[in-house]
Amino acid sequence: MTTSGGHAIAVDDLTVRLDGTLIVDGVDLDVADGEWVTVIGPNGAGKSTALRAIGGLLPFKGAIRLHGTPVDRMHRRERAKAIATVLQSPVVPPAMRVFDYVLLGRTPYIPPLGRESAADLDVVDEVLAALDLTPFARRRLETLSGGERQRVFLARALAQGAGILLLDEPTSALDIGHQQEVLELVDRLRAERGLTVLATMHDLSTAGEYADRMVLLAGGRVVAAGTPAEVLTGANLAEHYRVKVRVIEGDHGPLVVAVRG
Amino acid sequence: MILRRGAAESRSRPTPARLRPAWLAAGVLAVLVATIAGLAFGSVSLPPAGVAVEILNLLPGVRLDSGLTEREAAILLQLRLPRVVLGLLVGSMLALAGAAYQGAFRNPLADPHLIGVAAGAGLGVTVVIVLRAGTTAELPIGVPVAAFAGAIGAVLLTWLLGAAGGRDRSPATLILAGVAVSAFLSAGQTYLLQRHVESLREVYSWLLGRLATAGWHDVLVILPYAVITAAIVLTQRRELDVLTVGDAEAVSLGLHPERSRYLLLVAASLGTAAAVSVSGLIGFVGIIVPHTIRLLTGPSYRALLPLSLLFGAAFLVLTDLLARTAGGDAEIPIGVVTAFLGAPFFILVMRTSRAVPT
Repeated sequence: MTTSGGHAIAVDDLTVRLDGTLIVDGVDLDVADGEWVTVIGPNGAGKSTALRAIGGLLPFKGAIRLHGTPVDRMHRRERAKAIATVLQSPVVPPAMRVFDYVLLGRTPYIPPLGRESAADLDVVDEVLAALDLTPFARRRLETLSGGERQRVFLARALAQGAGILLLDEPTSALDIGHQQEVLELVDRLRAERGLTVLATMHDLSTAGEYADRMVLLAGGRVVAAGTPAEVLTGANLAEHYRVKVRVIEGDHGPLVVAVRG
Repeated sequence: MILRRGAAESRSRPTPARLRPAWLAAGVLAVLVATIAGLAFGSVSLPPAGVAVEILNLLPGVRLDSGLTEREAAILLQLRLPRVVLGLLVGSMLALAGAAYQGAFRNPLADPHLIGVAAGAGLGVTVVIVLRAGTTAELPIGVPVAAFAGAIGAVLLTWLLGAAGGRDRSPATLILAGVAVSAFLSAGQTYLLQRHVESLREVYSWLLGRLATAGWHDVLVILPYAVITAAIVLTQRRELDVLTVGDAEAVSLGLHPERSRYLLLVAASLGTAAAVSVSGLIGFVGIIVPHTIRLLTGPSYRALLPLSLLFGAAFLVLTDLLARTAGGDAEIPIGVVTAFLGAPFFILVMRTSRAVPT
């Protein structure tokens, strides 16, 4: 699996160690242009670590290519224009306004010692409008609710103008209504802007409803990959999550319910 | 057409957080007012208008009648002016270093004195004073270098010790580490003094904080360090705004947060060392000035750093005026005045600043 033609992300034999401990162990993963791939797996499987390595936030061994270019050969700014990451629980800086937070997304376009251009400000305006955040522009980030904040985090990533969006547990802090709202928003933006999405998620049913393909990680290795129906099987989940589940046919993918053994 | 477009934009979108011209003007005005006040008032009061004219006369080609007597002009230009300029430099360095440490450590309580840097610089200066005991009246040129070595050693020690309580180096952990480092370095200083009693008086008067030395020597000693510090710290103002959202985000936005932090710590320690080497320990300026500016202009370092430079300069000159005049004949050490002002302010900051997550 070393080809990368047509792939927004091509990961080959990715290995990541944190403080000497092997966390990600030889992962292969491809995401086609415009595709939504979600990585699932039990706690400690290495999902977030793999995602952070792909986003350039951790040192790794193996090969990661973005549209065919190895990430380790890209400058940081160049990479930031190609791939944007929304971390699991981003820092909420005290007293910062929503507008200024989203403007941080333009950092890779602003030359050192320079200041933002009119075009940068236009991008921020456009992104705020697309995410229904214009009325919040002057509000302080810490005064927003969890769902509103998650939209602001997304807005900052979109302002980066990158074609690839990495989402680490984008819904973990939200109630189911806001989970759906955020994921629908990501799906709409993906369609409108031709984005490629690589996400990690815990909620299996929700993950399966939005992803084109899924990758199941366990112990740092890929143990299953394919469509949601192929990955979310009773046997896979029993083996790797040690849980008994009932898998129900849904409209957009299998629905997974844990049941007592 | 262009004007109308601009007006429409200002209604629909907020101005990005950056240095507003009005605030820049206010900062420059504060420096001018503090300078005139610092020059005009003291044991002998001079008319502020005459002082302003006399200062204008320093510009090449300007010759105006200030109405000051020859003696008054001498007090102004030979005694007060060097002291005021030194106050401007020291105040700007302490305030700028405070703001830079707060950004680099992502810690609202960071201050050159609270994280041990000043104590390190102090130990460096003490070593020099003790070694050259009784030779010349003026501090040698090498003093800022010794102070810088001490300052860098102290900031490294605080940073390493701060990690002992967990990698996140929470505001409280870092301050505790700073207290421990300060105590350790002060103990070293006390030991040195106890072995060299002949230097005790000189070191003690310097320790309390002073801007008392006459003449331009001290100004010339720290000027190059001040210029370098200001130039380096000010280049990092946008980076510091990105650093407030965390190192991981800064990397994903294409920056090098470790490089920025390293640059800032070295530059801020250089500025602190320069200030400490000529003025002793003047605490809390790095807390009072940046936090007051934050309350007024918001959290962006793009405004905070240049304004800290200006208002820090003005603040220390006015504080020095207070130290010179409030105690009657006996001058109060300026470090005592800033501590009286700063300690209550520190508690206010602790109560109001939310813990900054790392």
